[in-house]
Amino acid sequence: MAFLEVKNIFKRFGKTEVLKGIDFSMEKGEVLAIIGSSGSGKTTLLRCLNFLESPDLGSIVLEGEELFNAEQKYSDREIREKRLHFGLVFQSFNLFPQYTVLKNVCLAPELMRIDQSEKKLSRAEKIQIRKEIEENARQILASVGLSDKLMNYPCELSGGQQQRVAIARALAMKPVILCFDEPTSALDPELTGEVLKVIRELKSSDRTMIIVTHEMGFARSAADKVIFMADGVIEEYGTPDEVFGNPKSEKTISFLEKSLENITG
Amino acid sequence: MSFLEVTAQLADGFLTTLMIFGITLVGALPLGLLITLGSMSKVKPIKWVFKTFVWIIRGTPLMLQIILVFFGPGLIFGAKALPRLVAVIIAFIINYACYFSEIYRGGIESIPKGQYEAGQVLGMTKTQIFFKVVLFQVIKRIVPPMGNEIITLVKDTSLARVIAVVELVKAAETIVALKSIIWPLFYVGAFYLLFSGILSVLLNLAEKKLNYYQG
Repeated sequence: MAFLEVKNIFKRFGKTEVLKGIDFSMEKGEVLAIIGSSGSGKTTLLRCLNFLESPDLGSIVLEGEELFNAEQKYSDREIREKRLHFGLVFQSFNLFPQYTVLKNVCLAPELMRIDQSEKKLSRAEKIQIRKEIEENARQILASVGLSDKLMNYPCELSGGQQQRVAIARALAMKPVILCFDEPTSALDPELTGEVLKVIRELKSSDRTMIIVTHEMGFARSAADKVIFMADGVIEEYGTPDEVFGNPKSEKTISFLEKSLENITG
Repeated sequence: MSFLEVTAQLADGFLTTLMIFGITLVGALPLGLLITLGSMSKVKPIKWVFKTFVWIIRGTPLMLQIILVFFGPGLIFGAKALPRLVAVIIAFIINYACYFSEIYRGGIESIPKGQYEAGQVLGMTKTQIFFKVVLFQVIKRIVPPMGNEIITLVKDTSLARVIAVVELVKAAETIVALKSIIWPLFYVGAFYLLFSGILSVLLNLAEKKLNYYQG
């Protein structure tokens, strides 16, 4: 049984059918890149996995447990708990501008472990939890190379640094699967490298990642599996070598040719 | 009448002006938030009721509203009239709450959707997202338009004289009528200027304090 199974996902907005039956599965520790032209439904698929959109049909199964089934109704609380399995890094970072880098990373864990705590915590316990969270945040921020920016505000950072804070913020919630929605699309070309490097370094045996990206080179070299989406369906699925080296579908071939033209000019 | 005597009498009126100003703020700031929540409600009838209310209040003169609050209950129900100052303050609170509510709504709606979504994917509850993520950003954004309204309120207090509440302008008018001198009426301007000047400085300070981050 696969680690994550996505079954028959359909999603429409008004009259537009954005996802028309998405099926795929992935193993633990795998890095999956989703490529495709704008409007193909990549982002919507990612948003469905993170419960920002609710699919009209289909189900999502993680480690054998059904997280989502379109036939069921879920309360806000259930959705909140389920979505914690996934982390999401946005194209536009969406950092909290009024907080320092460190606070951006600590806020959500603090709210979850202290404010949403089932039992009443003593002052000493709260201080202890805050300390743990902050220690963990410092470590994560160090791992994305931002130890010297802890007390800066997001507006004082470059786009690449902001995106690395956003990655750290997502990691602090210890998601089982980390998702990236075009993490470098809002960045100047010279800044994409530092973000891609960080994502590459996150690859490890127990970290599963799904990356929606327009960086073909990155998808080819960093991903274990690649999905090419077109018009709301998975047009091609396979290893990077299969999809990039030996594409079968007409649409994939023409998409890859166009992206290659863009690179070589 | 000497300058000092006039000043003393005007100062009396100014106290009433200050009282109307202060109590209106204390009442209208939170009431405005309630009206905002109502007018942003997902329940259509509630939203419709609040929007209509705001339309009526903003669409009619405050002077008329003061007169209505004072004379209305007596004319319609034969009830005893409210004390004049109370009637004025009720009318002011309702009127300003409606203006504030629209400023709050504009502030809340100006926060990018991404801020809510970032909170959601990090497992925050709706309340946490509002209070820990959105509210502060809203406050920063609404300080300038709120400052505008607050300074307008300083001068609007003079409308209280339509039901013979002796605030600053009414105090001056009384002197003018009794003593046949006109200058106290102009002197009143200095009181307003001084007060709104102090408020401007405070509002500027608040803006500067909130300007530690951009965006």
